[in-house]
Amino acid sequence: MSLDIETAAALKQTVRIVPPSDGVAALEAKNINVWFGNHHVLSDVNLRFPTNSVTALIGPSGCGKSTFIRTLNRMHELLPGAKLAGEVLVDGEDIYGPKQDPVNVRLHVGMVFQKPNPFPSMSIGENVLAGLKLAKRKVENKEEILEDALTKAGLWNEVKDRLKVSAGALSGGQQQRLCIARSLVLHPSVLLMDEPCSALDPGSTARIEETIRELSHNMTIVIVTHNMQQALRVSDYTAFFLSTDGKPGQVVEAGETVQLFHEPKDKRTDDYVHGRFG
Amino acid sequence: MSDLLTIPAPHEPWKVSDPLFTAQQLITHLGTPLLAALITVLSPVSGYSGFFVVWLPLHVITAGLLGKYGHRKKDFANTTLEVLMGAALVVFGTFVASVMWPVVSNGIAGFHFSLLTQDASATEVDAPLNVGGMGHAILGSLIIVGAATAISVPIGVLAALYVTEVRGKLTPFVRFFVQAMSGVPSIVAGLFVYAALVVSGLLQFSGLAGAIALSILMLPTVARTAEEILRLVPDDLRTAALALGGTQWRVVRMVVLPAARSGLITAAILGIARVAGETAPLLLTAFGNTAFNANPVSDSMSALPLYVFSQMLLGGENDVARAWVACLVLLVIVGVLFTTARVVASKMKKA
Amino acid sequence: MAVTFGWPPSRLPSVHSGFGWTKPLLRIPDTPSAHHFPVTTIESPATQAPTPRNIPVVRRVSDRVFRGILIAGGLAAFIILSGIFGYLAKSATPVLKAFGFEFFTGSVWYSGDGLLASEGSVDPAQFGLLPMLWGSLLIAFVAVAIALPLAVGVALAVTYMIPKKLALPLTIFIDLVAAIPSIVFGLWGFYVLMPHGALWAQWLNTNLSWVPFFQVEFPAFEQSPFMAGIVLAIMITPIIAAVAREIFAAVPRDLITGAQALGASRWTLIRDVVLPFGRGGIIGGAMLGLGRALGETIAVFFVLQLFTEGTNWFHILESSGGSVASLIVSRFGEAQPLELSALFGAGLALFLITLLANAGATAIVAASTRKRK
Repeated sequence: MSLDIETAAALKQTVRIVPPSDGVAALEAKNINVWFGNHHVLSDVNLRFPTNSVTALIGPSGCGKSTFIRTLNRMHELLPGAKLAGEVLVDGEDIYGPKQDPVNVRLHVGMVFQKPNPFPSMSIGENVLAGLKLAKRKVENKEEILEDALTKAGLWNEVKDRLKVSAGALSGGQQQRLCIARSLVLHPSVLLMDEPCSALDPGSTARIEETIRELSHNMTIVIVTHNMQQALRVSDYTAFFLSTDGKPGQVVEAGETVQLFHEPKDKRTDDYVHGRFG
Repeated sequence: MSDLLTIPAPHEPWKVSDPLFTAQQLITHLGTPLLAALITVLSPVSGYSGFFVVWLPLHVITAGLLGKYGHRKKDFANTTLEVLMGAALVVFGTFVASVMWPVVSNGIAGFHFSLLTQDASATEVDAPLNVGGMGHAILGSLIIVGAATAISVPIGVLAALYVTEVRGKLTPFVRFFVQAMSGVPSIVAGLFVYAALVVSGLLQFSGLAGAIALSILMLPTVARTAEEILRLVPDDLRTAALALGGTQWRVVRMVVLPAARSGLITAAILGIARVAGETAPLLLTAFGNTAFNANPVSDSMSALPLYVFSQMLLGGENDVARAWVACLVLLVIVGVLFTTARVVASKMKKA
Repeated sequence: MAVTFGWPPSRLPSVHSGFGWTKPLLRIPDTPSAHHFPVTTIESPATQAPTPRNIPVVRRVSDRVFRGILIAGGLAAFIILSGIFGYLAKSATPVLKAFGFEFFTGSVWYSGDGLLASEGSVDPAQFGLLPMLWGSLLIAFVAVAIALPLAVGVALAVTYMIPKKLALPLTIFIDLVAAIPSIVFGLWGFYVLMPHGALWAQWLNTNLSWVPFFQVEFPAFEQSPFMAGIVLAIMITPIIAAVAREIFAAVPRDLITGAQALGASRWTLIRDVVLPFGRGGIIGGAMLGLGRALGETIAVFFVLQLFTEGTNWFHILESSGGSVASLIVSRFGEAQPLELSALFGAGLALFLITLLANAGATAIVAASTRKRK
């Protein structure tokens, strides 16, 4: 399964056609600090996510990666005791600003979760279009949208004949791609993925990684992963999170993926990417 | 070589049968009741209560002694505890059987089909069983319980949704009062509706007044069951729907409630089973009637439990027989509802 | 330590030499390229401790309305309970004004001509609730005394003795018994239980009359607190058993296996592990049963002879007793305005007592659940 760096880089080269950046960051986190109650879990995170790039957040368990990614589309505040300082800018606008509607923010910044979570009471087709219903968007060309989203998520050929079947009938990997398709329907400009492959078999993982590469042509993707090889395979940039001795988690090092893995500037990054801890 | 590869057959040495021990168990658990029965028949002690008085100590002592001195030793306290646990089951079971049996046997013996279709307006005291019936009471029960369901299920589900979805500061407060409400005596619910609606002239003695009284009793059952059910809806689904840009209202309507649908039906059914047999509050609100009345807001209305009550007060042999039949009908309805609810609920838990 | 990053991606071919990651074939140039993003800069650590910001949550109108409705639904129980208290108190005002606290302590309930002496009555009414209040408590205690051991035995048997396959149907059956309508118990109590129960009572009276409870002032054994207690006991056993069973089933598996590993027999296991752990649940369940028994109306109505002109303090076998709920049903139909008000007062007292019992039960069960966590 493991791709070596050369192949990984080559793969990215072949898939990536559009230049990754015109200089505008789609998403920017400024001085993010996070607390649960009085427990300080993240300290001073500053990250910029260039438009149409894939950024991987890596780090050992409990370092605050998942907490961080949830602050990026205001899912964080749904947890009890959650507090936050700092700003998250989407297209230059602070999503925690006084006039921001969290519902709108989530429409712009989509999210895919660790465990595939299709809605059990809906069919495959209904699941994909659930976002439209939830956001109360009226559309004419439902079939088109459905096919488009499922194609982008790499699931269309597998499910096109059974769109009316309950989503529970799909395999775990298919369910996760269904969840990706579901979040694509709303055309988010940013897609957050919280360990999307951790519950999946290698085959499904490969399919999803392929999907991520394809999606990154026209959306900014942030992916939390435990799997360093996956980070290497799919991401343009990587940020390494670490929390030591009960201190709040922070970004130790961030940079271009290939460089971070090859020439880490920080000893701890070096240790981590070489599997010496975590 | 082949010797080495022989796979031993699986054994369960702890399950090996031991004839001596089996015999001892048989003597303990079958012998003592038989002996007690014999003693009850032969001695002045009599009746099934007499049997219990003889059997229980006999069983405890036999089991204890055989445990202490017999094959496979056991602590005396241990065997006593086992016998007492069994005895609790037997005593409780006997009581329940003695409640159920007369209902079933008297109910079937007195059953006439006309009992289900006719009303009691022309039935005189102790009239023969084929004259008059409980049709009006069945209709009344349907209307009253139906209306009570229509009132209490939405409110109960809202209360449950408050606890599981809003999760606000009032949550412990809400749960406390729902719990407290489940202890309101049924007669008090009846008195309240009588004072608040009937005395004040808002309603007559009527089906609707009865339904409101029953919905007070039904609400906590519905709210608590619905809360348990809504808790079973994984938080993942809520998060997923919120992340898709759903407002809370649409998340609840399109994802949470559909996922909990069968469980909410269970909540409603359990609520119905709770109140279908209530008598006291209806005496003070629906009041009872001997004739068909399908209008829930005007004039008093009968219901099955009220019918049983009134027939029992009449006291004639045939009246009491009718009461038993009505009890059987009531018991069947409650049993069917209850079993349905449990089956639906267990299916939901498996899913 | 704050880190800012952002680069143009450079696509560098690299070599892989066996294990781990090796150096790229081409070094990344140290100088920033023509792209806009700065190379990683490590800023100086923040000098001030950060403080959480206030996040304004702007909810949509639909959500505000929705949450408002949910709050209203959540408060329904409280509103109804206050309504019950308010209406009963208001309706009971006339009798409370006329008798004051005497209403709760007086021991004679006599309707007379429905008027007070001060209103020019020739046969003045007198309303004292004590016999009924005490009677309700007495019956409920008899019921709990019978039901508690029965329920704990049943719950223990279901959890620790019965094979798993039988336990579930048995649990459902016990819950079903809790759903049997009280009128069925009334009928059963009157026609089935009473003939037998009178014999039991007589036997207790003849053979155990040195126990004060079993003495009687006149030998009529039929519609006694004892009889009502038995009926109520059967009704509340499933309620107590359900609570107890839930607590027993919640005894942590490792406590049980731990005790078994130390050689505990079923008895020592239950005595030393299960019962101490489940004590709160058992007490809470018993109080829940007590509350239910206090409020039960129809079943008691048929098996208890109401005696309204004095208090039967402890002669549980005697055919005279009190029950607030039963009093309300039996007097409601023919009550004059003042007596009606007295019945509301009786309802109010019943409401408050059951509320108290129930709140106590909830608190005890909740406390034992918290301890468990």
